[in-house]
Amino acid sequence: MEKGSEPAPEGLTQSRRGFGYTLIYGLGAIITAALGIPAALYLFLPSKARRDQSWVEAGDVSQLQPGVPEEMTFRRIHSDGWKIYSEKGTAWVVKTAEGKVIAFSPMCTHLDCAYHWDAGKSDFVCPCHGSEFSVDGSVLSGPAPRPLDRFETKLENARLWLGPVHPSNESSS
Amino acid sequence: MRESPGKLRAWFEQRTGLESALRHFLDEDIPGSSGWHQVFGSVALFLFMVQAFTGVLLACNYAATPGDAYNSLQYIITEVTAGRLIHGLHHWGASMMIVVVALHMTQVFLYGGYKKPREATWMVGVVLLLLTLAFGLTGYLLPWDNRAYWGTVVSTQIAGQAPLVGPLMKHLMGTEGSVGVVTFARFYALHVLILPQLIVALIVFHIFLVRKHGAAPTAGDTGPTKKFFPEQVRKDVIAVFTAFVILYLMALFVSVPLERLADPTDLTYVPRPDWYFLFLFETLKFLKGSLEPVGSVLLPSLGVLALILTPFMDRGTLKKVTRRTTAIVAVALAAIAWGALTLAAIVTTPPEAQEQASIVPQGQGWNQFSPQELAGLGYFRQEKCEACHNLSEGPPKPGPNLATAREHRDSAWMVKHFKNPNQVVPGSNMPPIQLSDANLTALAAFMLKLSPENANDVASAPVSIVRGAQIYEAQGCGNCHMVNGAGSNMGPPLNGLARRHDRPWVEKHFANPAAMSPGSMMPPSQFSPADLKAIDDYLFSLPEA
Repeated sequence: MEKGSEPAPEGLTQSRRGFGYTLIYGLGAIITAALGIPAALYLFLPSKARRDQSWVEAGDVSQLQPGVPEEMTFRRIHSDGWKIYSEKGTAWVVKTAEGKVIAFSPMCTHLDCAYHWDAGKSDFVCPCHGSEFSVDGSVLSGPAPRPLDRFETKLENARLWLGPVHPSNESSS
Repeated sequence: MRESPGKLRAWFEQRTGLESALRHFLDEDIPGSSGWHQVFGSVALFLFMVQAFTGVLLACNYAATPGDAYNSLQYIITEVTAGRLIHGLHHWGASMMIVVVALHMTQVFLYGGYKKPREATWMVGVVLLLLTLAFGLTGYLLPWDNRAYWGTVVSTQIAGQAPLVGPLMKHLMGTEGSVGVVTFARFYALHVLILPQLIVALIVFHIFLVRKHGAAPTAGDTGPTKKFFPEQVRKDVIAVFTAFVILYLMALFVSVPLERLADPTDLTYVPRPDWYFLFLFETLKFLKGSLEPVGSVLLPSLGVLALILTPFMDRGTLKKVTRRTTAIVAVALAAIAWGALTLAAIVTTPPEAQEQASIVPQGQGWNQFSPQELAGLGYFRQEKCEACHNLSEGPPKPGPNLATAREHRDSAWMVKHFKNPNQVVPGSNMPPIQLSDANLTALAAFMLKLSPENANDVASAPVSIVRGAQIYEAQGCGNCHMVNGAGSNMGPPLNGLARRHDRPWVEKHFANPAAMSPGSMMPPSQFSPADLKAIDDYLFSLPEA
């Protein structure tokens, strides 16, 4: 169609044109912001956390030997986006000499590998990068940056209930 | 960086030529008569871009399989930040786009903008309208709620009736059997892969043709031309902004209907297509039996054909809009016919939720429940159904609200669903309930008793009493006794027991019935102390008959 690329005529039309530009860019900027900001929030903000089941019953701890960790499994409700699963959960549970019960999250604090209890060495060993933790969860060796994370716990008639997991640098004072 | 902005700009221009290309695009000469009547095309293009933008965002949190589709959409609306807004923009944007495309076509039609040499521009525009409608039709299924499912059942049935191509269409849409996973996948592929590419290509072609022939002047406009930028651009931007504000307000304040998860077994549902297809839906009421394909296929096809051939039917010289009587009458008739049919369809929509309130009888408190129903409440609690389901208003949960389940379910369906949720409701996330058939039946009986009116009362039923009802059921007490009208008359009715006896008496009676009531045929029962307390609590909570 028609070609026209001469520079715009200067002078009288200048202020009118200036207003035209401001309006065009201004409204364009408002639209961009009104779409862009919600889009950024939508993509970058975490979704409103659907509450996972807060406390789950892990089982009877009356038979636990002090200082000998036991892997306890339980079922819990876990939500992942729009999915809700009933899944198996695990905790390493230790009764201290004073009778206190500690439940460790079953993942190494380095890269979330599942560790196990080495009865011979009497410590927790992570198979991935060789981190070792003592029975109280503190790091003995390896790349683990912090002691084992712990579940919040409560006891009801020797039945152990597990709450949320707290990173050890927060909970262990 | 040493270079000044001017130098950078020059470098950029020299390497890409984008600036001069944009300048060239904006400096287009347009007729002096151009003005507000020509803004609709720009608004339609803008709305398409909003649809593309919000559509991509929705796809980032959307699982495109039946069942999951519904759950993920609910997740977007209720849990993702700004998700409700993005979804609202996409939903209302679709409707708005159809309105604006219709306005755009009406304007071009009234002004005779399709006349030589712009016939191809018009015909491509008609195809763009069809693609816009196809977006609406395929997008309608994607929420996978009852509205989406049943609406699509009807629309695909209509397409399947087409003479000759009907069976082919059914294959294409995967609806030979029924609307299901295949249809869903095809509609999704159409909606996000095929249609977008087609429409983008045709939009580019449409704009190319507009540029090739120039914006259409009105009749008698032989005056000097003006520049597209900034005069007309400013008008376009103001129109775009107005449309955007309306759309935004709708997205913020008009909630998008999301109904129950699609249920192919729900025969009470009255399907409705989206508002812009209602007129077609209504037409079918007048053309019954063998005439039906006339309404469902022939008339729409003729309508489209008439639109496409418009430039060849009207080949006269261009007249002023106000003189184009035939065109004005045609638009008016079309608007009246469309409006009347749409209105008729809306008016005749049977009210859906109204008969529900009247069937809830009074006195539906938990203490009026039969032992089986109250035992069912126990299983409801035991299985933690409320982790995923609401009984009354509250923050949304993944499963549907159960207080209204009885309105569209029966016991057999429920028990089947409890045992294998995913089989009965495809896409359901609910884990199977591991209970005996008798207990599942009790759970279903409870669900059938539940209503929005008694949900709060039911939640207040004491644990021990509910446990007592479960023991009552497990012991088969109802084989001889009557409670709240359920059971048998062989033994004495138990309502009002509290007036006749006290707890020690009842407990001794359990241990040795014949000793307490000579001649009693009741077998003795041994309960643990906790169970004994529970059944006592239950029996002594029973209202007087």
